[in-house]
Amino acid sequence: MYWSAFIVFLILFVLVTILGFYAARWHHGDMDLIEEWGLAGRRFGTFVTWFLLGGDLYTAYTFIAVPALVYGAGAFGFFAVPYTIVVFPIMYIVMPRLWRVSKQRNYVTAADFVRGRFDSSLLALAVALTGILATMPYIALQLTGIQAVLTAMGLSGHGIMKDLPLIIAFVILAAYTYTSGLRAPALTAILKDLLIYVTVIVACIAIPMQLGGYGHIFHVAAAALPAKKGSLILSPKLFSAFATLALGSAFALLLYPHAVTGSLGAKSGRTIQRNAALLPLYSLALTFIALLGYMAIAAGIHTTDTNLVVPLLFLKTLPTWFAGFAFGAIAIGALVPAAIMAIAAANLFTRNIYREYFAAKTGRNREAQVAKIVGMIVIIGALFFIVVIPLQYAIYFQTLGGIWILQTVPAIMFGLYTRWFHRWALLLGWLVGMVVGTGMAAAESFKTSLYPLHFGHSVILAYAGIWAIIANIVVTVVLTLIFNGMRVSNGQDGTLAEDYTTEPVEGAAAR
Amino acid sequence: MQIHSKTRWYWLFLLPFIGTLWPPIFASYRPTLAGFPFMYWYLILWIFLVAILSGIIYFIDTH
Repeated sequence: MYWSAFIVFLILFVLVTILGFYAARWHHGDMDLIEEWGLAGRRFGTFVTWFLLGGDLYTAYTFIAVPALVYGAGAFGFFAVPYTIVVFPIMYIVMPRLWRVSKQRNYVTAADFVRGRFDSSLLALAVALTGILATMPYIALQLTGIQAVLTAMGLSGHGIMKDLPLIIAFVILAAYTYTSGLRAPALTAILKDLLIYVTVIVACIAIPMQLGGYGHIFHVAAAALPAKKGSLILSPKLFSAFATLALGSAFALLLYPHAVTGSLGAKSGRTIQRNAALLPLYSLALTFIALLGYMAIAAGIHTTDTNLVVPLLFLKTLPTWFAGFAFGAIAIGALVPAAIMAIAAANLFTRNIYREYFAAKTGRNREAQVAKIVGMIVIIGALFFIVVIPLQYAIYFQTLGGIWILQTVPAIMFGLYTRWFHRWALLLGWLVGMVVGTGMAAAESFKTSLYPLHFGHSVILAYAGIWAIIANIVVTVVLTLIFNGMRVSNGQDGTLAEDYTTEPVEGAAAR
Repeated sequence: MQIHSKTRWYWLFLLPFIGTLWPPIFASYRPTLAGFPFMYWYLILWIFLVAILSGIIYFIDTH
């Protein structure tokens, strides 16, 4: 048991808890409105949005899983770098349009937009269910980040004691998410990222100094990787897999409900665009975090549980109290996105399932209250997921989640630009994409998201999500032509062209 | 307020896609820089380039 590490860890955890509850008073708003609880009144400026989106997109799971992949596979793990580079142009172009139309039409979720644009509650339901299904395992995996640092600090009991610290952490998280809504992760994200940046800067200077510099680290990694069937430089047979995984992940990332919620919480479309220019700083941090995988090889870390690569490296090379600081950063790095994800899932459930199918009957609008309760259920559900179900299944589901989210690209992203696609074609295209993507992952026993597709004598290894979205788009286009030819009703567009380009005047007071 | 983005310039955003998603360009060890093999410092360089590119396009968009 590393006591000094644990004490520093505990202090940080208490601090973030206080901030989480205090957040309810920050930028005071009426928490009985879903736009206040679930989007913090769409009032976050560039600074807060930067932390919120950064805290959102670069999660604890990223900090644990990316170096773990690099430790095991080498260069292939660096797909995360192009992935987090190309995501910003997409964000710059697409997300302001989604923000603007959502502001004009009071949309809280991407499924709200799809419902308004295509006049189809069924297509909106498909988008909402995809989002909720993909988010649940993602929240569960955040817990593995906390578990990894707790294990590394020697805090591993038996039976119920084993999971007790995790249960406490998530009950507290559920409580302040309930009271503070999106304000809680926004405020705690600022603390979290300050801790993360300090950790990364210190680790990436101090550890290489001990290990003989970056040149030496790369040399040792180059020599050690072939034994693990990895390589320091990407091998040509992985080119297509590397590129498609990066591209597909980038498109999927922005359509995850937590990314949409984080973006819609901004106060203008321009705020999001400024962030597209400023957020790459996180990609730089991520690159150095990925390099921790090589540092672990050079430091002689040997473990079969690759989640422990980074925690063990910190304990071996840094002062114990500072390792505790780093562990606090990772654990809080799990709580911030977990809170945003739970809020995003709650928004989807409330707006696109409860309001659509149940509230009409009760005739009462209790959106915020429902969302708060669903947010708690989601967090407790994720906790249940990780405590009761083997971790491996959460990882499988997370892999599938990315493939699934990608299938909402035609309805949401294409929908932001054109209404040419027919609503029923979009729905059936989505269904085909879901089936193809899931089928490909199942054919690989869910162990990888890559699928080798045979074209005659040649084989192309690519991200299953990309194969699935190609099938999705082909079906959507063909069926659109058929449905339009048959004059099947395509409903009424609930949006106007100028909704997509209407920006609030800068400096105007928020409603 | 209606905004008018200068979307013609958005085509420049294709550059990071080509630069980082076409591995034959960068999958090599040499030339190294400060101990970093080419693949690594090349991709790090693109992080700066995409930030600068987004900044420039933002400037064009708003002026």
